[in-house]
Amino acid sequence: MMKKAWKGLVIVFVLLFLYLPILVLAVYSFTDATQIGAIRGFSLHNYVTLLTTPELRDMIVGTLLLAASSAVLATVLGTMGAIGSFYSGKKVSSAISTMNQVPVVNADVVTGFSVCILLVVVLGISKDTFVPLIIGHVTLCAPFVFLSVIPKLKQMDSSIYEAALDLGATPAAALRKVVLPQIFPGIVSGFALAITLSLDDYFVATYTKPATFDTISTYVVNATKGSQTTIKTALWALSTVIFLVVILFVALMNLQANKETSERAEV
Amino acid sequence: MGKISFSRKSLGIPYALFLVLFVVAPLFVLIYYAFTNGQGQLTLANLTGFFANPNTLGTLCYSFAVSVTTTAVCLLLAYPTAYILAKSRLKAKSVIVMIFIMPMWINFSLRITALKEILTLIEGNLAYYPFANAVIGMTYDFLPFMILPIYNTIVKLDEPLLEAARDLGASEAEAFLKITLPLSVPGIVSGIAMVFLPAMTNYVVLDMLYNSTYIMGSLIGSYFAAYNWNGGSMIALILLVIICLFTLLTRGAEEEENPRGGALL
Amino acid sequence: MEQRENIIELKHITKTFEDGFHAVEDFNLEVKRGEFVTFLGPSGCGKTTTLRMIAGFDIPSEGEILLNGKPITNLPPNKRPINTVFQRYALFPHMNIFENIAFGLKQKKISKDIIEKKVKKVLELVDLEGFEKRKVSTLSGGQQQRVAIARAVVNEPEILLLDEPLGALDLKMRKEMQLELKAMHKELGITFIYVTHDQEEALTMSDKIVVMSEGKTQQIGTPEDIYNEPKNAFVADFIGDSNIFNGIMTGQLKARFCGGEFDCVDDVEEGTHITAVVRPEDVILTAPQEGTIKGVVTSVIFKGMHYEITVTSGKNEMVIQSVKSAKPGDPVGIRVEPDNIHIMIAEDHTNIFAVEINKNHRLEYNDTVLDTSLTKIIKGSKRTESGTLVDAAGEEIDPAKVKVMAAIGPNDIKMTDHQDEGLIQGYISNLIYKGDHYSYVIHTELGQDFVVNDEYLWNMDDQVGLIMPVEKMTFSVKR
Repeated sequence: MMKKAWKGLVIVFVLLFLYLPILVLAVYSFTDATQIGAIRGFSLHNYVTLLTTPELRDMIVGTLLLAASSAVLATVLGTMGAIGSFYSGKKVSSAISTMNQVPVVNADVVTGFSVCILLVVVLGISKDTFVPLIIGHVTLCAPFVFLSVIPKLKQMDSSIYEAALDLGATPAAALRKVVLPQIFPGIVSGFALAITLSLDDYFVATYTKPATFDTISTYVVNATKGSQTTIKTALWALSTVIFLVVILFVALMNLQANKETSERAEV
Repeated sequence: MGKISFSRKSLGIPYALFLVLFVVAPLFVLIYYAFTNGQGQLTLANLTGFFANPNTLGTLCYSFAVSVTTTAVCLLLAYPTAYILAKSRLKAKSVIVMIFIMPMWINFSLRITALKEILTLIEGNLAYYPFANAVIGMTYDFLPFMILPIYNTIVKLDEPLLEAARDLGASEAEAFLKITLPLSVPGIVSGIAMVFLPAMTNYVVLDMLYNSTYIMGSLIGSYFAAYNWNGGSMIALILLVIICLFTLLTRGAEEEENPRGGALL
Repeated sequence: MEQRENIIELKHITKTFEDGFHAVEDFNLEVKRGEFVTFLGPSGCGKTTTLRMIAGFDIPSEGEILLNGKPITNLPPNKRPINTVFQRYALFPHMNIFENIAFGLKQKKISKDIIEKKVKKVLELVDLEGFEKRKVSTLSGGQQQRVAIARAVVNEPEILLLDEPLGALDLKMRKEMQLELKAMHKELGITFIYVTHDQEEALTMSDKIVVMSEGKTQQIGTPEDIYNEPKNAFVADFIGDSNIFNGIMTGQLKARFCGGEFDCVDDVEEGTHITAVVRPEDVILTAPQEGTIKGVVTSVIFKGMHYEITVTSGKNEMVIQSVKSAKPGDPVGIRVEPDNIHIMIAEDHTNIFAVEINKNHRLEYNDTVLDTSLTKIIKGSKRTESGTLVDAAGEEIDPAKVKVMAAIGPNDIKMTDHQDEGLIQGYISNLIYKGDHYSYVIHTELGQDFVVNDEYLWNMDDQVGLIMPVEKMTFSVKR
């Protein structure tokens, strides 16, 4: 219905819109320019700064540690919740999924603010303990783990659990050996989702983090307001590194997917 | 059944408790704070204050304008993109879709930094066009969230359905208007849900681009910075009400398309 | 261990689900060691629920299950020496064939080399040698079926439960597997309990068939018994094709049904109301004047092995299987050999139900006052001026202590679409064609079943009102 040229134009425009800023930044990250537009010589000093500045290193490591720990907690809680809710009666399971839906549809600002009010203002837990931050991130991530595990439980042939019991497995063993492997892809994608959500979060972190701790998001937001150019251009390097990591990840996933489809095709 | 299912059901208890403690309880605290003042006395001042103050009301309207425009722009860009991708006969379709989705995985603050650099190069001072830049920033941030759900519904559309429409005498354009478009409504609705609400609340995007102009989310931020929990709670509560209304509305539209979708909740 | 003859006994088993649905009611069964028993019935008859209670997935609401004389009613499934072949196989998709089959043995902590030997042996049994390393998804339906059987059998269970195991296979595969299962049963000597809704499958494979309907046992017997001597109209209707007629005994070994008087071999007292069953293959078509009854051919369908011919005689219809064809419109005669007519004493279809005496001492059913004289029903009673009822001694009658039962025949009830016009409302839960009329079972809102005869065809699950004229009811009193 659309002419071919038009189709191409739309695609190219959207792609440019999405990627041009990142790509330009990537190019300039390899120069010693402090501003886009000025052409300067090739340099790796941004990458050196990124790796050698303790402040930047701490912030990156801290973000990764926070993402890993809250994703693990969210995955354990969310998966258990999904299994429990799936096997519970209608009322219980709909109560759990309704509560689960709240952080999903809620704005992150509201989630972050309300967790902060309860934990920090009402209960008086110090932000320096990291407890509000971790709980905030688990609140943000666990519902998505729940949502990615539930469909796997629904797709699963319900009689395989009974088959395991029938063959002598205890309920716990049947869950571990039969149900868990079946829903594992859902758990993995839930975990991946939890990691990305935590890495990308700004709001929950701002309202619950200790004053001396920064995640990439909170750090970058503050840095763009400041005028420290060495830090600013070092962040271009960080952006490029993350971009490359994401590309690598997507490429690996595609390779894996291709391998699986060709395996299936052979059979 | 009692004995057998006991251990499976009880697995849900920790998560249910977690949800009650950290999702439901904060909401009640929020409501309590929204209707009390700093001394803990019940008051409607926060509520009346919001609606009596031209600044806050203005922010609400401005927020809506930014949100509606952003959503419209996203939809205009995302629908053709999703449609072209879904209908392309390329083998590596899923890879190409990935390329459009990939920005979601790059930290948004870094992407906005990149955008800011480019925009500054083009416009000079970003504060000259606050509204346009707000829409560009939000669109840049949320576009992939609109493309993905629309692509998913169109790609699942049965080809024979369109063939049937053509067979029954519809032109290509009619087939699109009468079959493809109505059937992709669920995708559009969930795309709108993914863009509209964040565009009202994600104030950092604006903050980063030009340090000014308030949207609803930024009100919470400023109350938070001033340690005014009560005022902040009222804003959060008003946002919650808007979110609830919006969710109910969109769910209604989705239900019409797929009556079982709503039954899951 | 003492070898009992009965390996498993089910005593007064009732299963009521949380939503109040009675899946199984007062189910009794004894299964002998090594028997091949089949639960046969339409979907929703409770056969799978019964099987699940034997496996341990469901716990009976009432009653007891004994294995080798010991109660196992509440034992969890993993503690029972019983294994199941599931309807859709329920193979573990993430394990290969070997791991699937070895699963049960590993739970018992049996040593590796014994497991390997056993798996190899059982794979030979099901004709899948060398399949150990294959993935489940690479197997055809028939092969998956064999793995499912192997996985259960390798544990050497005392009883093997099979829940419609052949349901997902195509017809040809199903026939093959039927024979194989039968052979396997002989070879292994394990007791098989098999669930199916396919009567042919049940007749082919079983030593004993339990015919079930609506949670109740209809008949237990050998395939021959069940086919040739169905106990009631349901069994006759469900097993094989049959022509079922209402009739009456008109003399010594003479029965009148379908508009003719037939000789029969069942010695039933003259005047008894009967149900007669004639299998389509037992009906002989003759020239019009040579038949016991005359009729006209209304339809002929070629079925490959035979023709299915429908003959109408008066208001009655009879289905006939014949190797010879006929033309619609042909006048024909119909004859049946006496020993091919199966006579059952008609079930007493009179509907009996309790009615209440309300505060005003009037008879009431479903909140509707029945316009009848209570004083005639309760002997010696009188109505006082104030309207209350007193017995012969002048004492006021306590409504709670007097129970009045009403009875009405199935022909005296009329169904109506205008539900409000009925004395009570319900839906059609069952219907059987009885030659010249349909016999319906209406499940009422008060939970009682009413039998109603009607010459017109209504649909299953139709909501109807039942018009029950008070003058057609007879009342009796129980104190």
